[in-house]
Amino acid sequence: MTLTDVGSAASGGGAVESHSARRRPPRRRLAVTIIPWLFLLPALLLFLVFKYVPMAEGIRLSLFEVRPFLGDLWVGLDNYARVLGDERFHNALNNTLILAIGQTAGAMLIGFGLALLLEGTARSLWFVRSAVFLPVVAATAVVGEIWRLLYYPAEGGFLNSLLSWVGLGPSTFLDHPDTSLWSVMAVGIWKGAPYDMVILLAGLAGIDRQLYESAAIDGCTTWQRIRYITLPALRPAITILLTLASIRGLRVFTEVYVLTGGGPAGSTDVWMTRVFSLGFETSELGVASAGSVVLFLVTLLLTLGVQLLRRRREA
Amino acid sequence: MTTTELRPVTPSTSDRPGTGRKPIGVARQCETALGWAGVRASPAGATGRILLCAAVFLFFCGPLITVVSGAFDFSPDPTKLSVLPNRPSLVNFDVATQKGIWGYLLNSLIIAGGGLLLQVSVSVFAAYALARKKFRGQAIVMLAILTTMMLPEEVIAIPLSMVIGDLPLLGISLKGTLLGVILPLGAWGFSIFVMTEFMREIPLELEEAARVDGAGELRIFAQIVVPLCRPALGVVAVFGFTMIWDQYLLPLIVATDPGDYTLTVALATLRSDDMVGPGVVLAGALLALVPSLIVYLSLQKSFLRGITSGAVKG
Repeated sequence: MTLTDVGSAASGGGAVESHSARRRPPRRRLAVTIIPWLFLLPALLLFLVFKYVPMAEGIRLSLFEVRPFLGDLWVGLDNYARVLGDERFHNALNNTLILAIGQTAGAMLIGFGLALLLEGTARSLWFVRSAVFLPVVAATAVVGEIWRLLYYPAEGGFLNSLLSWVGLGPSTFLDHPDTSLWSVMAVGIWKGAPYDMVILLAGLAGIDRQLYESAAIDGCTTWQRIRYITLPALRPAITILLTLASIRGLRVFTEVYVLTGGGPAGSTDVWMTRVFSLGFETSELGVASAGSVVLFLVTLLLTLGVQLLRRRREA
Repeated sequence: MTTTELRPVTPSTSDRPGTGRKPIGVARQCETALGWAGVRASPAGATGRILLCAAVFLFFCGPLITVVSGAFDFSPDPTKLSVLPNRPSLVNFDVATQKGIWGYLLNSLIIAGGGLLLQVSVSVFAAYALARKKFRGQAIVMLAILTTMMLPEEVIAIPLSMVIGDLPLLGISLKGTLLGVILPLGAWGFSIFVMTEFMREIPLELEEAARVDGAGELRIFAQIVVPLCRPALGVVAVFGFTMIWDQYLLPLIVATDPGDYTLTVALATLRSDDMVGPGVVLAGALLALVPSLIVYLSLQKSFLRGITSGAVKG
C-alpha cells in the first residue's frame, strides 16, 4: 500500500474504496494531491524568490549593458567576451586555480596526518580532536580578521615574533605580492584541514581491525600498512573530499575579501572578488553578471561530471 | 613522563604484561592505522604522540587563544599579541561598546535566531512532503532543490541584491532590514535533504495506526513525525546556525548603512577605524566566536554525525 492510498483512506473517512484507490472520486483526490504541495509551499516560494528569480535575472543582466535611469542596452554576448578577454580576469582565474588546488591538497594532507595522529578512543584524544575542529566552526570572516592581525607584517607581529624565535626574518605575509597568495592559502588550509580530518577519521574507524592484525603477523612495516590497507580503504572518502573541496575552492570569496580584498596589486584577486568589485564598486553589473554566469556554468559542469563519474563507479 | 624517553622501545622498558610480542600488545597495536599503542605499552611512542598532539593543539587553537588574550589586553603596542594578556583590562570592550558592538551582535543574534527558526520549520515541512508522501512532480521538486545547492550563493549576489531591493510582485524593498537577510536564508537545500533522509526512516506503521485512530494530517505531522525527528533537528540546527553565522556577502549587500551590519561584517569596519586598535577588533572577534563555540560544543555529536554522513552520501 502506498502512502497516498493511506492518505485517501483516512481523509475520506471510510475505507470503502481504498481497494481501488487509484480511481478516487475527484474531491478526495484533490485533497490528497494538494497536501504535499501545501507542505512544500514555504520552501518553494523562498527558493523561487531568492534563488531562481535572481538566477534568471543574473542571466538576463549578463546580456545587457546595465545603465541605471537610462534603460538597459542589449549587447548580446559582449559582456562574456569582455570577461573572457580581460587580463585581470585571467589573473583572477590563475589565482583562483592556485588557491583551490593548494588549499584542497594542503588541507587533505594535513587532515590525513591529523586523522592518523588523533585516531583512537582515549578521552584525551577526543578532547584534542574537538579542539582542533574549532577553526571549522568559526565564521570565515572572523577567521580572516584574526589572521590579518596574526600576519601583522612588522617585526612585532605575532607570527613574525614566532619566526624570529627560530631565526627567520620578518615576513611581509599579506602585504607583498610575493607572499600574499601563500598567506591566504595557509589560512584556508588551517580552516579546512580539521574538516577533512573528521571525515577521514570516520573512514579510518570503518577499517576492519583484522586486516591490521594480519598485517602485524605478516610483519608489515607501518608504511606498508598505510599504503596497502589504510589508503585503499579511505579512497572513496578522499575522492569525495577532493572533488567537493575543489568545487568549493572555485568560488572562494569571504576569506580573500577579508584578508586582502584582492590586493596587493591584484596578487590575491580571485574570480569572485573580481566579480564583486565590478558589480558593487564600479557598478558594471552586466559584465559582473557575465562573470558570475561563467563561474556557475563551470561549477555546474564540474558537479555534474563528478556525479556522473560516481554513478558510473557505483553501477 | 619526561621527554628523555624518546628512544626506541627496548625489552627492558616494557616490563609490564601485555606488551612486546604477546597477543594483547598486538591487538592493541591494531586499534589504529599507525599502530599507536597505549601509554602503558610503549612510553617512548606515547611521549612522541603527546608532543605531536600538543603541537597540533597549539597550531589550531593558538590563534583562537590569542584572540581571547588580545581582547582582554590593554596593549600599548597593539601589534604584539601574546598567549596571555600583558596588561589585563576591559578597555577594549569599553571602546567596542562605544563603537556600537552590541548593536551588531544583536543584529547577528536576531538573524541567527530568526533565520534558524525559519530554516528548521521550512525544512521540516518540506521534508514531510518529500519523505512521507508520493505525489506527481516529486522528482522535479527534488531536482529543483538540488539545483539550488549547486548554485553558489556568491554567483547570484548581484541580482539577489536587486531582488531584495525590489521584491517581485510585492514591490517592497527589504534593503536595510533584518528580514532581508533572514528570508533568503530561510530555505536551504542541505537541511531539507538531511530532514528528508531522516524522515524516510520513520516506520510507516506509526502513521497508519494514528490514521486509524482518526488523527488528521496536521496531527500526524506535529505529534508523531516531528517529535521523532529530534536527532535530525539537532543536525539541521547546528549546521543551519553555522551556515547563517558564516554569512558575509548577504548581510553586506542587504545593509544600507553600517548600522545594519552583522557582527562578522562589522569587524572590517572596526578594523579600518583609525581610532581603535587591534584589541577592539579582537574583542569583537571574540564576541563573534563565542556563539559558534557554544553551539558546536553543545551539539557536537550531531555536528560530527552530520558531517560524516553528509560526506558518505555526498
